Amino acid sequence: MKLKQLEGLLGGLTQFADPKVELEQYATGPHIASRMLYTAENSFDDISGKVVADFGCGCGTLAIASALLDAEHVTGIDIDLQSLELAQENATDLELDIDLIQCDIKNLNLAGLLVDTVVMNPPFGTKRKGADMDFLSMGLKVASQAVYSLHKTSTREYIKKAAIRNCNAISAEVLCELRYALPQTYKFHNKKEVDVAVDLWRFVPRARDERAS
Amino acid sequence: MRLLTHNFLASNVRGVSTGYPLALEVAKSSIKEVELNADFLRGILPKLDWRALVAAASAAGFPDLLAAEQPQEAELFADGAADAEGSAIRRLHHALLEIHVDEGALVCPDSGRSFPILKGVPNMLLHEDEVRH
Ligand SMILES: C[S@@+](CC[C@H](N)C(=O)[O-])C[C@H]1O[C@@H](n2cnc3c(N)ncnc32)[C@H](O)[C@@H]1O
Repeated sequence: MKLKQLEGLLGGLTQFADPKVELEQYATGPHIASRMLYTAENSFDDISGKVVADFGCGCGTLAIASALLDAEHVTGIDIDLQSLELAQENATDLELDIDLIQCDIKNLNLAGLLVDTVVMNPPFGTKRKGADMDFLSMGLKVASQAVYSLHKTSTREYIKKAAIRNCNAISAEVLCELRYALPQTYKFHNKKEVDVAVDLWRFVPRARDERAS
Repeated sequence: MRLLTHNFLASNVRGVSTGYPLALEVAKSSIKEVELNADFLRGILPKLDWRALVAAASAAGFPDLLAAEQPQEAELFADGAADAEGSAIRRLHHALLEIHVDEGALVCPDSGRSFPILKGVPNMLLHEDEVRH
């Protein structure tokens, strides 16, 4: 599938009708989401034929993008049931099968090595401090191949250090810098939307048998 | 939820050791056919918990779908097996990717805590006093 085509399909998804600010519910826009998954697939071979999990799947954008790029099995995980129902509707409209789990990422427990790739647009941690790092460390615990994530560019140095020192990453690479139009509720601004610079990261987890714990 | 997801999902109630495998209770299930991908199945075979999969398929109403012991690769991936009705690889594909549990529950083997499955979505949320600190 071409990038434009992927972006077009993602542009047709229904987004949060009534976003819960405390959960940082804003959809990953079609521009960013399509580039994220397209890169994961075409530059790194991390999507098609893989088992993919989308952490904080919300309306399901990244999960659906993975399924559209022929991931063999996709599981979306979110704490909020309404989001999961919306993700289900979005997937059904496109005739895609994705599995969904309602769970707080902090308390997730996945056994074995089945999940290859984790994709996520975690809460940036503006509402609950540390939420972004909870997602990242769980992603690196669960994935056996790679973790793709978005983090504010202003936290770049911190993310890199934390991923490698504390979260089992053997490599942490910024693939590109993107502009994220954040609804103004997340910033103390009067403008309707504010552009935030975010990094698209690819992390590689340490092999399971080489981990300290 | 399909049985591939069941194969990697565990409970995380405070105090449990592994919380795996979750016992599956099925009140309603459905079947949706998807294309078989032999390379995919070959890749995940060594990572599957076969017993958990057999138990889950049985709970979903298919007690005879899978052999009790994991079949040999030679049998699963024999020439033409993917197209042969009732072959081991077709059964494995069916079990992992085509059976959907729509209503039921997942029960933690260590604590007995039951997690409901509604409209296909398992609710793994923990109560405050069940969370590890
Ligand atoms: C920035 S949004 C991601 C949007 C999603 N990629 C989409 O396109 O709709 C963050 C998501 O994480 C979920 N979330 C927030 N905290 C969570 C937690 N502790 N565990 C699981 N999900 C959480 C929110 O409900 C929200 O859907």
